Amino acid sequence: MSHATDVTDADFAATVLASPRPVVVDFWADWCAPCKQLSPILDELAGTYDGKIDFVKLDTNANTSVPARYGVLRLPTVLVFSGGEVVKQFMGAVPKLQLRKALDEVA
Amino acid sequence: MSDEVREIIIIGSGPAGYTAAIYAARAELKPLVFEGSITAGGALMNTTEVENFPGFSKGIMGPELMEQMRAQAERFGAELIADDAIELRLEGPIKTVVDSEGTEHRAKAVILAMGSAYKRLGLPDEDRLSGRGVSWCATCDGFFFKGKPIVVAGGGDSAVEEATFLSRFGSSVTIVHRRDELRASKIMRARAEADPKIDFAWNSQIVAINGDSKVESVTLKDTVTGELRTIPAEGVFVAIGHEPRSELVRDQVELDPAGYVKVADRSTRTNLSGVFACGDLVDHTYRQAVTAAGSGCAAALDAERFLLELADSEVLATAAS
Repeated sequence: MSHATDVTDADFAATVLASPRPVVVDFWADWCAPCKQLSPILDELAGTYDGKIDFVKLDTNANTSVPARYGVLRLPTVLVFSGGEVVKQFMGAVPKLQLRKALDEVA
Repeated sequence: MSDEVREIIIIGSGPAGYTAAIYAARAELKPLVFEGSITAGGALMNTTEVENFPGFSKGIMGPELMEQMRAQAERFGAELIADDAIELRLEGPIKTVVDSEGTEHRAKAVILAMGSAYKRLGLPDEDRLSGRGVSWCATCDGFFFKGKPIVVAGGGDSAVEEATFLSRFGSSVTIVHRRDELRASKIMRARAEADPKIDFAWNSQIVAINGDSKVESVTLKDTVTGELRTIPAEGVFVAIGHEPRSELVRDQVELDPAGYVKVADRSTRTNLSGVFACGDLVDHTYRQAVTAAGSGCAAALDAERFLLELADSEVLATAAS
């Protein structure tokens, strides 16, 4: 997987929680300008961590139950899951270097 | 490290950075622009309608305006990089800019246009509840507070713009302002006052944001009487202004006490030769998209003149030897 794929409320458990690899989840919406800045960075990082970390994105406009379950109230929010648990979280757009440092610890 | 020494590198991509890039590119200086990995486009990327930028009689969306400026810079040959400059070495004739991959880029002149960042309230629970109800972007997060009570901190145009935008979502929107009247422009003020969902907490300051896993209320202090009261709030939008993003150059370039880069009167020259600064990074007075664009233009012209004089002095030095 070389770029972030879409995940929904329906397949979140199977794709993210049950994944054998760490998964980065990008919570976004089309009205969120900083989300648009962050998404190409995550696509790029998906290539960097190919085979080690999976990258998915969740449209918070179309899917409301997963964001509510994890208390997402700010966009973009990035949650990193490992073994079904949140191990890292970023709220608001964060620079690439900061993401990379955190992902190096998880990969 | 890239061996090439460029004429000019521009750090920042708001109206100041892109305008500097347009002018520098048209002067055939082939500017390299660090747009920022997540801040590309600058503060206007988080606004909605811009109604006061000349030339757009019907208004234009902030992100659309920035996309147009970007395209204009690109059209004339500016090289745009969506990455952050993480280290600058600005002293001496050759300036070095290090990107987030560790690559060094060199140039004879640098234009600083990093703009400003949202000011925080500075409360102990602000960080803990950031993303749990505390937000700096109404357009991003307003949707999460449908039918919920919302508080907006601030009294300027951006606070009022946020409040007006948020009133379509919230059950109520309370503007909390330290003084007894808004600083916002008349037209924005009138809009907020006419909005039935917006009310005002005058002479008030947020002194605490309360809630365990998410925001539940805020505590306000009356700035006149000192009295405390708590009002329900699930969303707290902070719009109390901006501070210059000058940390990257703090130890090299002269700053004023508030952290703005100091420039010589009626120019964009900093205390370092070949280093120019423009936009919100230097301006604590006007802070408008159009004044930032104007100062970006001035910075490019100042840099162009500097580079011409530099080339002339090199020719003279060669002739003399």
